[in-house]
Amino acid sequence: MEEIKAAIEAAVAGAGVTIVRNESPSGQHSLLIDPPHAVPVARFLKDGELKLDFLSNVTGVDWLDKEVAEKVKVTKQVAKEVDSPEGKRTQMIEETVEETRKHVEPGYLEAVYHLFSVEKKDGPVTIRMRTANRVDQVQLPSLTPIWRGAEFQEREVFDLYGIVFTGHPDLRRILMWDGFKDHPMRKDYVEPDDYEYEPTAHDHVATRAKQHQEKQEVGSRE
Amino acid sequence: MGALDTKADAMEAWNRPPVITPEGEGELLELSMGPHHPSTHGVFRMDVTLDGERVLKLKPVFGYLHRNHEKIAEGAAYLASMPYTDRLDYFCSLTNNWAYALAVEKLVGQAVPERAEYIRVILAELTRVQNHASAIGFLIQEMGASGTPLMYAFREREKILDLFESLTGSRMMCNYMRFGGCRVDVSEAWLQATRKVVGELPKFVDEFEELLTGNEILMARTQGVGVLKPDLAVNASITGPMLRASGVNYDIRKVDHYGIYDRFQFRVPLGDHGDIYDRYMVRVLEMRESIGILEQALKEVPGGPVMDPKAKIRGFRPKPGEAYGRIEAPKGELGFYLISRGGAEPYRYRVRPPSLINLTVLEDMCLGHNVADVVLIFGSVDIVLGEVDR
Repeated sequence: MEEIKAAIEAAVAGAGVTIVRNESPSGQHSLLIDPPHAVPVARFLKDGELKLDFLSNVTGVDWLDKEVAEKVKVTKQVAKEVDSPEGKRTQMIEETVEETRKHVEPGYLEAVYHLFSVEKKDGPVTIRMRTANRVDQVQLPSLTPIWRGAEFQEREVFDLYGIVFTGHPDLRRILMWDGFKDHPMRKDYVEPDDYEYEPTAHDHVATRAKQHQEKQEVGSRE
Repeated sequence: MGALDTKADAMEAWNRPPVITPEGEGELLELSMGPHHPSTHGVFRMDVTLDGERVLKLKPVFGYLHRNHEKIAEGAAYLASMPYTDRLDYFCSLTNNWAYALAVEKLVGQAVPERAEYIRVILAELTRVQNHASAIGFLIQEMGASGTPLMYAFREREKILDLFESLTGSRMMCNYMRFGGCRVDVSEAWLQATRKVVGELPKFVDEFEELLTGNEILMARTQGVGVLKPDLAVNASITGPMLRASGVNYDIRKVDHYGIYDRFQFRVPLGDHGDIYDRYMVRVLEMRESIGILEQALKEVPGGPVMDPKAKIRGFRPKPGEAYGRIEAPKGELGFYLISRGGAEPYRYRVRPPSLINLTVLEDMCLGHNVADVVLIFGSVDIVLGEVDR
C-alpha cells in the first residue's frame, strides 16, 4: 500500500492520498483519494506500471452523522464567597472544570472501487472517495470514462445512495423507477407506509400494523 | 399517419413506397422489446431504435425484480442471508453460497477443513456443468430450435439436481454452505452416485456437440455475430465465459487459487473471435474441463469433519473491518463485499453481480445487427434476472 501511495504521489502532482487501515484478517487496506485528483489518479492506476486495467466492483457506503462526546477541561470564572477582613464577599475565581461537550461530525457518502490487474494477475487494490456531506455536496467525479465497467455500477450507486457522478455519460436511475424520490440504501431511509391487512400479524408486522392504524386515526380526526 | 377509412385507403398505403430521407435513411422505429418477451429470460426490457431491421441504439432497462436484497441483508444476521443468496442466480445456488461463505471467511479469518473444500469444489463444478448446458440449451432455443437441445440439457441437469436434492434437501435453493465448512456431510453412497453421474457426463457432452457444433444453421447464425473485442471486454469488467471467448486468459480459479483449485489440473479454454459461436464453444469446453476437475476431486475426497470445530456459530460478530471475496461463478466473477462494525449484522453488504455487469456491453455488441440477432446476442451473455435486479 505504501508503495502504491508513493507511486501515485510521484506521478500525480498534488494528489492527496491517505491509507485507510483495515483491521480485519482479510488485510485489504484501501486508499482514500481526494475527489479533485481522482480522474488523473485513476488514469495513472490503469495505464501506469500498476496496470490495474480491470475494475471489478463499485459500490457505495453511507456513513451517518456521528455525535461525538468528548471530555474537555474548561477554565471558568466561578463566583465564590470568600472570607475577608471586611466580612464575607463574593469574588470571581478561576476554576478548571471537566465538561462533556457534544458535537456532530458530519457524515458522508463513500464510493468504493475494487481494482484488479488482468495483465499482471494481481489485486485487489481498493480505492475510495468521500463526499463532503450527505445532503447537498454529494458530487464525485465519475470514473466511467476510464473504466467502462463502472457505467452500470455508478448508476446503481446514484440510484440507491444518491451520489452524483459528474462526467458520467448516462446517469439515470437503474433499479428503481424514474419517478422515485428517495435513495433506499441510505441508512436513514424511511419505508413508505404500504401496510396491507394481515389476519395474523405478529412481530414487526404487528408493529407496522399498529403504526399504520395510528396514522389512519390521526388522519380521520383531522 | 391518419386513420385508414376505406379499403382503397389501405391499399394505397400498402402500395406507397417507403419514406426515404435525403440522407438515404428510412424512418426510424423505436421498439420496446420486453418486459414480457419469450427471449428475455424473465422480465427485462430493451429500448431499441431500428432502421429497418438494423439496430441503431439499444438501452437495456431492468429492475422489475428489484427487492433490495442488500438492504434486507444489512438488517439480518450474517448467516440469515445465506438462504437468500440462493435466490440471486437461482440456477447456481451453490456457487452463490460459496462466494458469500468465502467473503465472510475472509472477514473473520476462518479456515475450512479439507473435506469441506473438496465437497465445495465438487458441488461448484457440478453447478457449472448444469448451468452451461442449460445456457446453451436456451441459446439454441432462441435460435428457433424449439425444445430438442434444451431438453437434452435439462435431462442431464435433472440428474445433477437429483444429487443436490439428496444432499441438501432442495433442488435449486440449496442453502448448503456455512462459514467454516458445509452444513451436512456427504455419504459414501452419495459419492458413488456422483461418480456414476460424472462418468456419464462426457458421453452427454459428445452427444450434445455432435448435435450442435457442426450444425450449419448454428454456424450461419452465430459466427461473426456480436463480436466483443478483448480490450473492450477487459475495460468493461466483463467476466466469465464471455471474457474468455474474447481471448482474455483470466479465470479466477487460476488467478486467486481460492479453495483448493491449485491442486487440480485443468485448462482455461479461450476463444479467438469473441463472437456468439466462440461463447458457445468456450462453454462446451469448460464443461469438459469441469468434468476433468470432478473426476480428479472424486478420486481423493479425504476424511475428517466438514465443519471447522472452532467455527463460531452462535453470537457471530466479526471484528470491525471489511473484506471483498470473489469466486469464478458459472456466469462470471461473483463477489461479495462486507463491512463489519462489530455487530451481528453487516454494516454494508454488497453483491457484485456478474449478470448485470456483463450487460454493460450489450449495446456495443448489438449495434448494426438485425433484431433477430439481438435475441441471440442477449442469449449468449447468459444472465439470470434474479441476480441482475437483486
